[in-house]
Amino acid sequence: MTQAVATHEAPKSFIRRYIFSTDHKVIGLQYLFLAMAAVTIGIVLSLYMRLRLAWPTERWPLLAKLFPQAMAGGTISPEFYLSLVTMHGTIMIFFVLTTAPLGGFGNYFLPIQVGAHDMAFPVLNMLSFWVTLAGFLVLLAAFFVSGGAPISGWTAYAPLSAIGEIAGPGLGMGQNLWIVSIALFCIASLLGALNFITTTLNLRTKGMSMTRLPLTVWAWFTTAVLALLAFPVLLAGGILLLLDRVAGTSFFVPEGLIVSDKILPHKGGSPLLWQHLFWFFGHPEVYIAILPGMGITSHVLSTFARKPIFGYRAMVAAIFAIGLLGFLVWGHHMFVSGMSPYSAIAFSLLTLSIGVPSAIKTFNWLATLYKAQIRFTVPMLFALGFVSIFVTGGLSGIILGQTSLDIPMHDTYFVVAHFHLIMGVAAIFGIFAGTYYWFPKMFGRMMNDALGKLHFWLTFIGIYAIFIPMHILGIAGHPRRYAETAGFDFLAPLQPLHVFITIAALVTAAAQVLFFFNFFWSIWRGRRAEINPWRATTLEWTIPSPPPHDNFGPRAPVVHHGPYEYSVPGAAEDYILQTAPPTAVKS
Amino acid sequence: MAKTIPSLADIETITIGSRPPGRPDDGGRGGGERPPSLPEGSYRLAMLFALASIGMLFLGFTSAYIVRQGLGEDWHPFSPPSILWANTALLLMSSATLHRARSLLRREAIRESLRWLSLTTLLGLLFLAGQYEAWRQLTAQGIYLSTNPHSSFFYLLTAAHGAHLLGGLLALGYLTWRGWRRRLLLMGTPDHLKRYGALVGTAALYWHFMDGLWVYLFILLFLWR
Repeated sequence: MTQAVATHEAPKSFIRRYIFSTDHKVIGLQYLFLAMAAVTIGIVLSLYMRLRLAWPTERWPLLAKLFPQAMAGGTISPEFYLSLVTMHGTIMIFFVLTTAPLGGFGNYFLPIQVGAHDMAFPVLNMLSFWVTLAGFLVLLAAFFVSGGAPISGWTAYAPLSAIGEIAGPGLGMGQNLWIVSIALFCIASLLGALNFITTTLNLRTKGMSMTRLPLTVWAWFTTAVLALLAFPVLLAGGILLLLDRVAGTSFFVPEGLIVSDKILPHKGGSPLLWQHLFWFFGHPEVYIAILPGMGITSHVLSTFARKPIFGYRAMVAAIFAIGLLGFLVWGHHMFVSGMSPYSAIAFSLLTLSIGVPSAIKTFNWLATLYKAQIRFTVPMLFALGFVSIFVTGGLSGIILGQTSLDIPMHDTYFVVAHFHLIMGVAAIFGIFAGTYYWFPKMFGRMMNDALGKLHFWLTFIGIYAIFIPMHILGIAGHPRRYAETAGFDFLAPLQPLHVFITIAALVTAAAQVLFFFNFFWSIWRGRRAEINPWRATTLEWTIPSPPPHDNFGPRAPVVHHGPYEYSVPGAAEDYILQTAPPTAVKS
Repeated sequence: MAKTIPSLADIETITIGSRPPGRPDDGGRGGGERPPSLPEGSYRLAMLFALASIGMLFLGFTSAYIVRQGLGEDWHPFSPPSILWANTALLLMSSATLHRARSLLRREAIRESLRWLSLTTLLGLLFLAGQYEAWRQLTAQGIYLSTNPHSSFFYLLTAAHGAHLLGGLLALGYLTWRGWRRRLLLMGTPDHLKRYGALVGTAALYWHFMDGLWVYLFILLFLWR
């Protein structure tokens, strides 16, 4: 077959090269920078909430400058507090925890790690990013419309979210924008997921069998399948919700609902239906956020333990099992909704069974570390931190997975502590591990080691200082989502804990400035990186840093080895590149 | 440390064209040589996954439909306007004509194939026009989106299906236009024909799915109890 080879040269114009680029690496960076902008906003919103909780009567005229209307008089009203809850959750879950690990690192490194020159459908890939960005801007716009941002939480529970302005501030235009933003995000995710799946299945280079894929690729692949199947259900729910709001239908609004002394015209809808649709998506979404972090952690642990990952096949099976079970447990978010106790038992048992693949992963990580000569680099520290936080957050999951324990705890800070650790912070640690690990490849320079270590220890200790006390708040019965605790006598003794948590949050947030400084300073001023500074095995470490436009040039790599051949007896080095000739090991 | 790292030149690679076409012995399909275009079947594979995703969207609607139907006494289903039967027949016919177009294309009877493809596009357009007419008839009877939950689902599901079908129609229209414009070129080079055939095949997969989806929705809305 003498077919002309498609030219794959870098486009010359600035706009085609850096803005409307179809290069998966540029798109990956665009996703990462979007996530950085989003996480900054998300952290600021959470600090506003923390300040309100610690010092409820204080005035903050300086902080009010950011939200002059919502914070008129310099105080955070309970309604605005709920807007902050909603926007913090939505921004963090969709535009940080889904965007950075999958859209960012997945886009940048999946094609390289499988030995491809780009994603299968580069134009779809570009569209995926721009639609995501549009979704983000639409979401932010909710702050600036009349009524402000919605107060219905990231779960947008009906009927609160379904009946419009009459139910509270932000539930008019703000809620509409929220729905549109999420719908755009669903569509963008579909485009991205199709690329991840097709590239993994069809564009692997010669010798890259499925069992030679790095665990990162397995994690991104599984995550993409989850996104592909979960987001459409949220989209379906979102469309129904929008119709209830603007077209007078009654999918989620029951009959005879009286709000502000007015009987609403809707009839016969079911608020529970929204919860089912939402959580059928919502639970897989948790795994969409955490699975890439598991992949990165496996990858980084093996590299810096200088040992093959323990139980590669079991790791792949566990990723799949977690993904599959993720579709069967949504009901555990609804134990307090009045569901039948029999279905609650089924959901509870399935939920607890997720402990099995999770434990397999944890034990394999520990077994990888066993008797290893660990190199405590910054990415390794964050990967170890991931394991620690995953276990801590997972243990409270076993508590909450049981109906009898969940019912009293459900609306308390115990749940807030649980999901922040397991899905928020653990995933963020995965993102940090990935950033420190791949930074030399993405920018050709090293990040500062001392600053990185300081960042790790401040963040690691800070995170536990924030969230361990939250468990105690929850056990003491402190309700979540409340801005105001003044009227409850039993909460008064807990106030010092709120102050402690807020101070810990301020310190931890300040520690992130170190990271941002290190990141941007190192892009221009960092020490030049070698091609393979960590002496790792996978394909991205065989090409220049940063990689050229078409990754491998006119030639494609041929793979002869598994992804984690570290300290192989008989090998010249303590690592064998996947592309090393088959004779690299003397038998 | 730098010395131990093999340079690019040390890494075994194979240059373009050194591998015979077809599936490599071991592992990946894409690599080895720099692929001139996507490996065969990539469009089809991506389409299958896209259809899984679209299927989930309609599964979400279906579960809402079933739950909502079981909820209240306000569920008043109307019987299907007779034009819906005609629309269904049109759409089924379009699947048959598309199938015919594909088999002609495989036999490289390009001119005939393009005729059948054009006919398919026309049938698709007629279906959409017929759906619009069904909406018009219903609104004339006073059945609107918010009249009762059954009518809400009717408008929602037909609109969602119509929007997806419109996407397929645009794809078929584009392929037909491209086929007529470049039919000489098509007959000239087998590679172009193969690529074109793959695109038509992918569009056909989508189209047949939309056809089946409509039959499913029709049964769900009017025949299933």
